[in-house]
Amino acid sequence: MSTVAERSAARKRAKLEQQALDWADDRFGSSKWVRSALDKIFPDHWSFMVGEIAMYCFVLLIATGIYLALFYKASDAVVIYHGPYKPLDGQSMTEAFASTLNISFSVRAGLVMRQAHHWAANIFLAAVAFHMCRVFFTGAFRRPREVNWVIGVTLLLIAMLEGFSGYSLPDDLLSGSGLRVVFSIVQSIPLVGPWLAFNVWGGAFPGTVFFARLFVIHEFLFPLALAGLLGGHLAILWHQKHTDFAGPGKTEHNIVGSRLWPQYTIKSTALLMFIAAVIFGLGGLIQINPIWVYGPFEAARASAGTQPDWYVGWLDGGLRLWPHWEFRSFGHEIPNPFFPGIVLPGIVFNVIYVWPWIDKRLFGDYEEHNLLDRPRDKPLRTAIGVAALLFFFDLTLASATDLIGNALQMSFELLIEILQYGSFIGPIVGGIIAYRTCVLLKNTDAHPIQRPVGGIMVRDARGGYHTLGASHDGHNGSEGHEGNGHDGNGHDGNGHDGSAHSEGTTLERAAGPHSGED
Amino acid sequence: MTATKSPKIFTGTHGPDDGAGEATPWPDDVPPDQDDTWYPLRDDPWRAKRMEYFIAFLWVIAGGCAVGFVIVYLLGGQAELEGLLLLFAFGLLGTGLVLWARNLIPGHDVIASRGTDHRTSDPEERAAVVESLSRGTDAMMSRRGFLVKKVLVPVGGIFGLAAIFPLASLGARPGQALYHTKWYKGARLVTEDNVALHVDDIMVDGIMTVFPEGYIDDPTSPVVVLNIGGDPIKARTGQAGFEVISGANGIVAFSKICTHAGCAVSLFNVLSMQLICPCHQSTFNILQDAAPAFGPAPRPLPQLPLGVRSDGYLIALSDFIEPIGPGFWNRSGD
Repeated sequence: MSTVAERSAARKRAKLEQQALDWADDRFGSSKWVRSALDKIFPDHWSFMVGEIAMYCFVLLIATGIYLALFYKASDAVVIYHGPYKPLDGQSMTEAFASTLNISFSVRAGLVMRQAHHWAANIFLAAVAFHMCRVFFTGAFRRPREVNWVIGVTLLLIAMLEGFSGYSLPDDLLSGSGLRVVFSIVQSIPLVGPWLAFNVWGGAFPGTVFFARLFVIHEFLFPLALAGLLGGHLAILWHQKHTDFAGPGKTEHNIVGSRLWPQYTIKSTALLMFIAAVIFGLGGLIQINPIWVYGPFEAARASAGTQPDWYVGWLDGGLRLWPHWEFRSFGHEIPNPFFPGIVLPGIVFNVIYVWPWIDKRLFGDYEEHNLLDRPRDKPLRTAIGVAALLFFFDLTLASATDLIGNALQMSFELLIEILQYGSFIGPIVGGIIAYRTCVLLKNTDAHPIQRPVGGIMVRDARGGYHTLGASHDGHNGSEGHEGNGHDGNGHDGNGHDGSAHSEGTTLERAAGPHSGED
Repeated sequence: MTATKSPKIFTGTHGPDDGAGEATPWPDDVPPDQDDTWYPLRDDPWRAKRMEYFIAFLWVIAGGCAVGFVIVYLLGGQAELEGLLLLFAFGLLGTGLVLWARNLIPGHDVIASRGTDHRTSDPEERAAVVESLSRGTDAMMSRRGFLVKKVLVPVGGIFGLAAIFPLASLGARPGQALYHTKWYKGARLVTEDNVALHVDDIMVDGIMTVFPEGYIDDPTSPVVVLNIGGDPIKARTGQAGFEVISGANGIVAFSKICTHAGCAVSLFNVLSMQLICPCHQSTFNILQDAAPAFGPAPRPLPQLPLGVRSDGYLIALSDFIEPIGPGFWNRSGD
């Protein structure tokens, strides 16, 4: 029930809105586009927010990054430190390191900004990785979204490099050791390695010009690339519309969710606020990258517990796990770091890049899809994804063998050997388990956590046993068709509960659900 | 999802089999009578008002936190307080926004058609675009594309290559840089504080990091020097006699730059007489001439030939006999 005052205010507001939109339309002919934008629908599943989380982390990274860039000195010049942090007083260090100390101790709110920036980077990469997994396991990369997948993988790659270059800027002992390793990996490339490494560093490691260059890369080249690719990523998503899980009323040809204006705008802004809250909260309350404890980088020094940030961990672990092989003949050699440092990520990223086309071949599915798979709907893809994740997890653990060995009082040699075998045994075993779990879940249509998988056994009056609840209505693999109206509660489209079927079963069947049926 | 849903969207006019072969209870086209202005508290103005006041309350507190942040800043700043205040400022702002959207703003659970803009164009459009494109390519590729394929593409490639050359200004050529360190004949071993080492200065089972005198900052030259006492050392070819035996002292020196990926091999296990690199756990047996015992390092640490000057100071007799550090394509030798 609106009052007279409210109605008159609404009319005035509508008049203003009309004037504003007409002004734009006079110049841009924008009414149609603006209307379609305002009315646009975004599906509401929680997992679709993760990409947005990544995007907002990027926004905050730019904001805090600009602030930091105003105080950071990208210089290899050596200075003697005289500042608030007394343990380093009188120590010689590069201006890069000294300016980072300055930001942390002398610039008001500098430490919060610096730590918020570093936390945001870690969360950014976690969100990107999670988002990529969500897209992978739900088959959202399928036609017509293959190009967006390629853009997304490129975003991941550049984000990893951006993060690495960012935490290397302070020139502390920890990140400097990482740069030394990267120099050696570049140097190990056959034919051009040393030339390329000397080219990028402007001479032998660590050189005298590197931080100015790293600054350009981190502040300018990569952010430009990220922003441009992100723009393309969002534009394609906007144009093609977001995918959605199958559900009641959802088909390949409609879209169900919240309108962009005002619902989604407000909720998305709220998400930005929450991310900012978390990132600045972490930035102020939880210490990260205390470079003053590590000290400035010196080539003659390296500390135990030298690990990269988590998203580079798999590469570092690969370097630790790869056996000590090196190939030499005719006065030339292919040095050891080349294989885990160049070949491994090369293979990994190439496979990830072309996955949409591998997926097409694997499932013989060249159709367009707007409805998502549940992971159980494609057991093979889920198994491969799980295997890949276990591989990366094994390698990430390997990057912390000294820390884990210390915590568990185990020798790091034993740990490394376990992880070497685990790097292929783990994925194989995990993949098989994932595959069978998916097949099982498909057949019973149960939720993996909320409902027990399998059947409920009852004994009838004559003493025989029957299994309830093992329904085969969830079986749709042979039709290759997602939109059959199943929701997550074991109800099929007719509103029947899966347990309506009871089958006269033998004891063997009652002992477990069907297997071997895809 | 909100707890109560809009009653108007679900018309439920379709039965189990609507003839389209899809047994869904709801229409899959856009329902014509969706109510776009519905929101959960629309029909409950009293609760709506209370919700608005609550949201306002949250936002005012958020504003207060922002003011608090400014006050902390003006008073000198304090990282934890700043973080806490920003956490609540943003967090309460966001909470208010979520409550607002979920309870007082319409636009949930709307069904719309995916529309035609992303679907493929019709055949006439597809043929027409080929026509537009081939209007150009037919002319440009005259005489079987002679100009483009045989001339422009190779010349373009040359342009591209030429454009890359200025990047070579970025770096010096490696030259001999990877083959030599700053160690020279007669160089005294000095610590980072520029104290020269006497042959008696290191106790048995002791270790020090040293540099060539005058080159403390050179990144290729760090060396670990150890006193292994009377333990025999098994040397590789060409490195026999590099150690200095003086009384009970057996002084050996190895390059500190790991032959795997270049980190400083800074960990010393005196019980097993091993040098361990902290980066990737390459382990070197000191008594086996720093040969790799475990881990990814493929080659032993090069040994520095040591001597003793007449006044008792430890000196290097020459540079290492092979390149130190990680491998590279042209590296010859062991």
